[in-house]
Amino acid sequence: MQIRCTKPWLTIDAAALEALPGQLGIFELADGTGRVVYIGRADARSLFGLRSEVARQARAIPDATAFRFEVTTAYHTRHLELLMVHQADHAALPKYNEPMPSLGRLSPG
Amino acid sequence: MDLTLTAEQDLIVSMVRRFVREEIVPLELGLDPDADELPAADRTRLVAKVKEMGLYGLDIPPEYGGPEIDLPTRTLIAIEMSQHRAGLYAPCYGVFGGAGLAQLFEANDDQKSRYLQPMLRGEKRGFFGLTEPSGGSDPARAIRTRAVRDGDDWIINGSKIFISGADRAHFGLVFARTDPEKGRGGVTCFIVDTDTPGFHVRRVVHTLRAARYATELSFVDMRVPNANVLGKLNGGFAIANDRLSRQRIPYAAGCIGVAVLAHEMAVEYAGQRETFGATLASRQAIQWMLVDNEIDIETARWLTLAAADRAERGEDFRKQAAMAKLVATEAGGRVVDRCMQIYGGYGVTKDFPFERWYREMRIRRIGEGPSEVQRHIIARDILGASLR
Repeated sequence: MQIRCTKPWLTIDAAALEALPGQLGIFELADGTGRVVYIGRADARSLFGLRSEVARQARAIPDATAFRFEVTTAYHTRHLELLMVHQADHAALPKYNEPMPSLGRLSPG
Repeated sequence: MDLTLTAEQDLIVSMVRRFVREEIVPLELGLDPDADELPAADRTRLVAKVKEMGLYGLDIPPEYGGPEIDLPTRTLIAIEMSQHRAGLYAPCYGVFGGAGLAQLFEANDDQKSRYLQPMLRGEKRGFFGLTEPSGGSDPARAIRTRAVRDGDDWIINGSKIFISGADRAHFGLVFARTDPEKGRGGVTCFIVDTDTPGFHVRRVVHTLRAARYATELSFVDMRVPNANVLGKLNGGFAIANDRLSRQRIPYAAGCIGVAVLAHEMAVEYAGQRETFGATLASRQAIQWMLVDNEIDIETARWLTLAAADRAERGEDFRKQAAMAKLVATEAGGRVVDRCMQIYGGYGVTKDFPFERWYREMRIRRIGEGPSEVQRHIIARDILGASLR
């Protein structure tokens, strides 16, 4: 598995959101410049997995214009990993992620 | 050995059981099924409650502020503490505190002041870095991380894998080869600060354990002062081995606790669920599953408490700890599997805890020394030094 998410970006629109799977997983939202502005996960509490979670966050974050996702049952650890990698690459979490004082540190190289 | 609970043990076990069922289980209903942490406010509240109960820091020796509770009683508590969804790897989400890296109780005074005391005060976290990509079951031979003396320092190069908590730790115990000519006699334990140049947490290792991840570490020309050698030079294997033996008892206890709760849930469900006009409990096929659960749980419980009893009396307990670990992890897996079968389709959903236990219990047959290594330890004890 790649440490960084390498899935293709998809434009946020009704058809793309409808086509999302109902499985659990992680997703990233990006703004018009391609900058990742949010890293989220669809955990087992989400009603329709990635389909409902990506749509919910896309509605809440007006800057978001694109998304990409991975279906994974390891959504919990994969989510933390992507946040740590973002922190390592940019010395900060994405703009719309809440601060996480207990987040670990990676130096993925 | 008398396994009848004393009045004090009975009181403590009842108190912990009530705590788990009244405080932990209801909170879990609002958490993701793979959660391994409580919200900060709940955690603070429950830590305060555990302190009021006088049970905080169970494994900390009394001279360092821990409650004076013997190992058999701590084992009984560990069986209770794991009786919830996250209980196998996050018993009570850590609100009972812990001793952290117990090896530091054997550190020198300088090391204790720099690492042990801050760890006990909750200011510093540590990790245990033993397993390497070349293997974990035979650390004496598998350790390829090298430490080479350079003046007052050591230069360490190498890597570790399946290391929990290193990405959030302030320091760790790193085992490295200091004498390539000697097998188990050529390994030394170093205390390494995680902000040391050359210390890298390279990646998260995703496993069946979906909440708590392990990490892979690399050390590149990492300079560690000689003052950070823990114990004797080339004496690291004894430190690692002692930890591995001791850890097997609570490791077994956690499996028993989960098995007890899974079994209780299956008994209740079998009494309610009807198929073809009768309850599951009336079917012999189901009865036998429940009987086998009961036997598995009792066997594991006896062996684990026997190991704890020997360790408490200061006798050699390596064989008993290996037997307890072997039996409890394998029995726990069978019990969870049977209970899942009794629950049918519901058993494999995330609405119930069985699927998490099923995944996590599978790891227990490998973690802390796989079943085959436990059998090897027991065989060595039976057959003596000829097998070494």
